[in-house]
Amino acid sequence: MRRSMLFIPGNNPSMIQNSPFLGADSIILDLEDAVSLDEKDSARCLVRNALLSLDFNGCEKVVRINSISSGFGYDDIDAIARIKPDAFLIPKATEDDIEEIDSLISTIEREEGFKLGCIKLIPLIETAFGVEDVFNIIKSSKRIVAVLLGAEDLTADMGIKRTKEGEEIFYARSRIASVCAALKVDAIDTPFTDVNDFEGLRKDAEKAKLIGMSGKAAINPRQIDVINEVFSPSFDDINWAKRVIEAYEKAKMEGKGVFALDGKMVDAPILLRAKNIIEKAKAIGLIKG
Amino acid sequence: MKIVRPAKAGTMESNDIYIMVYPNENGNEIQLDSIVLKQFGNQIKKVIMDTLNELEVENALVVAKDRGALDYTIKARVETAIKRACE
Repeated sequence: MRRSMLFIPGNNPSMIQNSPFLGADSIILDLEDAVSLDEKDSARCLVRNALLSLDFNGCEKVVRINSISSGFGYDDIDAIARIKPDAFLIPKATEDDIEEIDSLISTIEREEGFKLGCIKLIPLIETAFGVEDVFNIIKSSKRIVAVLLGAEDLTADMGIKRTKEGEEIFYARSRIASVCAALKVDAIDTPFTDVNDFEGLRKDAEKAKLIGMSGKAAINPRQIDVINEVFSPSFDDINWAKRVIEAYEKAKMEGKGVFALDGKMVDAPILLRAKNIIEKAKAIGLIKG
Repeated sequence: MKIVRPAKAGTMESNDIYIMVYPNENGNEIQLDSIVLKQFGNQIKKVIMDTLNELEVENALVVAKDRGALDYTIKARVETAIKRACE
């Protein structure tokens, strides 16, 4: 379950140790943009020790490494993969990068006696080429469990203005959501950068959900509650799903293939949507399994 | 590891520790200033000394200004300072 993924600067002990208690499903310990060039070694060491020592309270532990081309990425992988994070977030991911990183991690997993494939990958799609190649990027490694859209870098790459309304990223969101659904991985939406505009955040998250994104990155702990709320099934959704499934069970007993609920026909896709809502509600703990 | 130059790591921010490492003549020595010196001074010194021993450092002067760091932060900052001092 990745409704919310919270970025935490990798060289800030105070934020790192508080991060597991803020309500995010995933914590992204950032070694890339949040860390200055002369502090890369220090952040890497701090994140490594934090992962070894702290209880992350059930949150997914993700580390955003530096890109392979930066020269820091290899050291990041070697230091962090040996303590088995849940996943690496790969900036400006390409097929070649993912294949190389997959191979490096496999070697480390063998050396450390970890189960092969236990460390997952989340490509960060933040170039126009990445958007167009996202299908092949996901197919390039079985470790990939989600894709994160990085709209700030993407719009910079395309030379277009980034707006609060987000019309300029409609295509990128749609493409990523569609490909992720096809390949059964999570589609995580780009962060909303105005950390004081909660109404704007809600609208942005709802827009992303409508298109098919399954969660959203956060850059401030105060954004988590809104994101979690938007990407959780509502009680109305859950009640509707329960009624659909009850009606289905009843129709099955009566030997009916297709049935109606509230005057509307219920067939296989609607039943699947109802089952998905119930599964998600169970995973979040909104209803008992 | 042999300390060949002075080096530092960490910050003076809350929950962090600022570590300075210098070459020393007679073994390892720690000078600690902490906002929780009375309560945790001995524990902080122990983490610093254990980290020096783990890295096989024999002659270092460690000057530490603690702002309430947890053990993992103390260990990380000492490790970083030592590696920078040995490069």
